[in-house]
Order: sequence, then C-alpha cells, then structure tokens
Amino acid sequence: MNVRAAMNLRAVWAIYRMEMARAFRTVLQSIVSPVISTSLYFVVFGSAIGSRITEIDGISYGAFIVPGLIMLSLLTQSISNASFAIYFPKFVGSIYELLSAPVSYLEIVIAYVGGAATKSILLGLIILATASLFVPLTILHPFWMVAFLVLTAVTFSLFGFIIGIWARSFEQLQLVPLLIITPLTFLGGSFYSINMLPGIWRTVTLFNPVVYLISGFRWSFYGKSDVSVGVSLGMTIVFLLVCITIVAWIFRTGYRLRN
Amino acid sequence: MPSILSISGVSKTYATGFTALKEVNLDIQRGEIFALLGPNGAGKTTLISIVCGIVNRSSGTVTVDGHDINRDYRAARSLIGLVPQELTIDAFESVWATVNFSRGLFGKPANPAFVEKVLRDLSLWDKKDAKAITLSGGMKRRLMIAKALSHEPRVLFLDEPTAGVDVELRQDMWAMVRRLREDGVTIILTTHYIEEAEAMADRVGVINRGEIILVENKAELMRKLGRKRLVLELRSPLPAIPDAFSRYALELSPDGGQLTYTYDNQAERPGVASLIRDLEAGGIQFRDIDTQNSSLEEIFVNLVRREP
Repeated sequence: MNVRAAMNLRAVWAIYRMEMARAFRTVLQSIVSPVISTSLYFVVFGSAIGSRITEIDGISYGAFIVPGLIMLSLLTQSISNASFAIYFPKFVGSIYELLSAPVSYLEIVIAYVGGAATKSILLGLIILATASLFVPLTILHPFWMVAFLVLTAVTFSLFGFIIGIWARSFEQLQLVPLLIITPLTFLGGSFYSINMLPGIWRTVTLFNPVVYLISGFRWSFYGKSDVSVGVSLGMTIVFLLVCITIVAWIFRTGYRLRN
Repeated sequence: MPSILSISGVSKTYATGFTALKEVNLDIQRGEIFALLGPNGAGKTTLISIVCGIVNRSSGTVTVDGHDINRDYRAARSLIGLVPQELTIDAFESVWATVNFSRGLFGKPANPAFVEKVLRDLSLWDKKDAKAITLSGGMKRRLMIAKALSHEPRVLFLDEPTAGVDVELRQDMWAMVRRLREDGVTIILTTHYIEEAEAMADRVGVINRGEIILVENKAELMRKLGRKRLVLELRSPLPAIPDAFSRYALELSPDGGQLTYTYDNQAERPGVASLIRDLEAGGIQFRDIDTQNSSLEEIFVNLVRREP
C-alpha cells in the first residue's frame, strides 16, 4: 500500500492550507504584531538599556538577547497558533466536520501542528531578519540553528494543540501560556545568562525546560551556552516525546473531542 | 434490497450516566428517504453522531455499505455526508473556500466544476466569495448542505434540516432531497416537523427515550395506524345522541349540529355504511358529510404517548 493510499494527504493539505490562509488573512495579528513587539524589545533592552550593560560571554548585550527573543516569540506563537486552531472549531462547533471525516488522528496532528509550526518558524525567521537591522549577528552553526527552530516550533505547537483540546473556555486557553509559559520564558535566560544568577537560583533555573531551548539556540549562533548543547537537544526531544505521548492518549481516548 | 446502513445493538450511555440509546437496531435501505421521528431528547442526534463518528458508542456495531465504522472508518465515513442541526461554520471563511475545504477533507481531488454545480443548485453561486458570517440563516443552512454534498456522499444525514427555515427554502430543500434520491443517494432525515416526513419519506422510524419503537413503510403506517373521521353536518340539532347509536361511540358537538364518527381500518367496528343506514332509519338527516384521514403527526403523537 503506498503512502498516498494509506493516508488522506488531501485532507492534510486542506487543513494545512486553511490554517496558512488564516495566518495571511490576519497578517497584522499573526506577523506584524509580534515583529513590532520584538523590535520594541531590541530598542528598549538592546539599545537603550543594553548600551549600559557590558558584554556577556564576549557577546554584546544587543546580540546576546536575539536568540532568546526569537525563542520567546517562537514558544508563545507556536502555542497560541496551535491552541487556537483546534479550539476555535470546538468553540463554534465546526469540529463535527473534522470528526466525521475520513481522517486519521495522525493526519489531524500533522496538519494542525504543521500549520502552526510553519507560521511560527516563518515568524522566527522574520524576527531574525528584523534583529539583523539592529545588531550585527553571526550564526556559527546554521544547521543546528534551523534544527532548534524547527524542533522547538513543532514541540510547542504540539503543546499548544494539547491546550486547545483541553481548554473549555477562552480563559483556559490563555491560562497556561500566560501563567506558565511567559514566566518560564522570561526566567529561562532570554535576557541574561543563567551563570549570572546566584548559586541556588541557578540550580532552580535548571528545572525550567525553556533554559535548555534558549541555551541550545544561543549556542547555534555564538558557540556559547549556559548548559551543554547535547543536554539542550536531549531535553527538547524529551519534551517533544512527552507531547507526542499526551496527544496519542488524547486521540486514543477521545478526551474532550468525542463523547 | 440490500441495506446501505446497518445499526445493530447500539447503546450509548454518557459519562453522566444518562442512557441516550438502548440496543438500537435499524437497517436503512439503499436509495430510500428515511425519516427518523422523535420528540426532543429522544436520541436522534446521538444516533446520527455515532454513525458519523462524532460520538463513541457504548456497545453495538454499525456498518456503512458493509464497512465497519471503526475498523474501516475511512471507507465508511467517505460515503457519508452530514448536515448537523446547528449552524456551525467557520464564520470568517468564504463560501468557496469552506466548501472546497470540505471536499479536500474527505479526500476528494479538487473539482471546481462540481463545487460550482453544488453551489448553483443551492442558489449560493452569487455568494461564493462572501464570508459565511455575512450570510442569512437560510443561506448558512444551504452552505452546510453544500459542504456535506461537496464530497459526493452516498448517504446523506439531514439533522432537522428545515428547523427555523422559511417556507420557500423548505420547499427548495425538499425538491433538492428528491433530486438527490433520484441520483441514488440514500437520505436519512431527523425531524419533528411531521409534515416533512409525510411529504418526503419512504419509510418512517420513530424513536422515543432511546429506543426505536417502530419502523414502517410510510404508506403502510398510515394505513395501519391511521384513523379516519366521518363528520356529519345535521339538518336539525340533536339534544343528545340516541341510545340506539351507542355502539358507534359517536361524538356530538356542543351545539348539537355535528356528529363525528372516528374509526380505523383495522378495528372491528361497525362500518360507515351501516351508520348511515341506521341514521336514516332513525330519522336523523344530514346536509353534508366529510371524511378526514389522520395525519402522520397524530399517529406519531399516539405512538409516543402510548409508551410507558
């Protein structure tokens, strides 16, 4: 049996295309707004405050925060894209069509998570291009830069997909990103090296998974990292596997999808 | 005729403990229009949702054209089109985009000419670039139907298709359903507009409290359970029904000017001819006579009431 026959690729493409069309239809919200807010970070932290901060690990502060800021947008946008994409049809009731279509769970996940990840990767690349207007950038390991970008976007799009299925209200949809993800990202070394923290806080920080993402991503730019790049990669993959397991369980049990 | 949809021993108990369906058995024949009647909360939508894969059943089996809805869900679902009761559309998509999306979702290759035909048949072609949110309620209902027809289903479920729809659109929908049947599509509609079932259905099933209490050919059902009424307009009012007519169980109108005789085709009651003979013999004259068949609605109400 070939892949075309075994999979409903037309359905995957239909969902993916619809999700991308939504992003382009709401280009102000999807692309322009995160680019503007990231640019403001550069102006405030990179130029205004950053000019008074000495170099970190031999990197100017403006350049140091670029990988962290990209990760910040990548994480929040992946979660918000994917959670909204699956929550919205649940909210308006049009999910009936997806549930009654000849589509496997795997195809649903590939289409929605693929759409959400594509949008956030595009956004990450646009922010990278925007950052290069403000600070001189070097990317020592472009392959790993792309690898971390893709891996993080997919992992957090999966995480967003889980939140979208779990949420029963718009409030719940915002709860996890606002109360958990944003603090973890800000405390994950976006704006500082965790080596700058006092001993006990440095240890506490190591329980924050976002630290590993930002550290690995920053290493792909400058070759400097807070934790070993192998550990960063391993932690990212572990989180990816956890998300895949939860999604598989959701579909097996029909959790909050099928009564 | 072989059945295209076979529901066998299907039960559904929700997590709340509410049992929506109890051991439902139902076979739908290929190419028929089947009306599933039942009061609100009888289990109509739950049954449809199980067949379409939206709700998991607690027990039983369902096959669509021989394909088990779980083991062979792709083949089963690709044969089914569903128009749900609620108007649930992505409000920000255009008519054209959302109908083509549905076709793709069901694995069909793009076919703009076919989608155009569906939209033209449903008088939606002029609105193809309009966003769903801008459509009227009736047009949204048509759009839901267009989405369901976009992938050329062989079995079409219409869950309360004309709820809240004006008379003209209702007539259009009935015409469309008949056209689909001529093309060989099997149609299962749930309704509590009995006239809809009466006008369109080949067979009628009645569901009440999660149980199918009757499945019958519509004409046969009306013949078997239909009651007839003979109304006689009297020349001069009667103060009371004479005792000699007690075996007819007649009803006299309050003004005494109208006698009503209710009978059904199966009961062993004396016939109309003997009543008229007896009236003449008793000197009771009438100036007009009228007979009425009971509607499917009366049959339905009687059936549901009869349930404990």
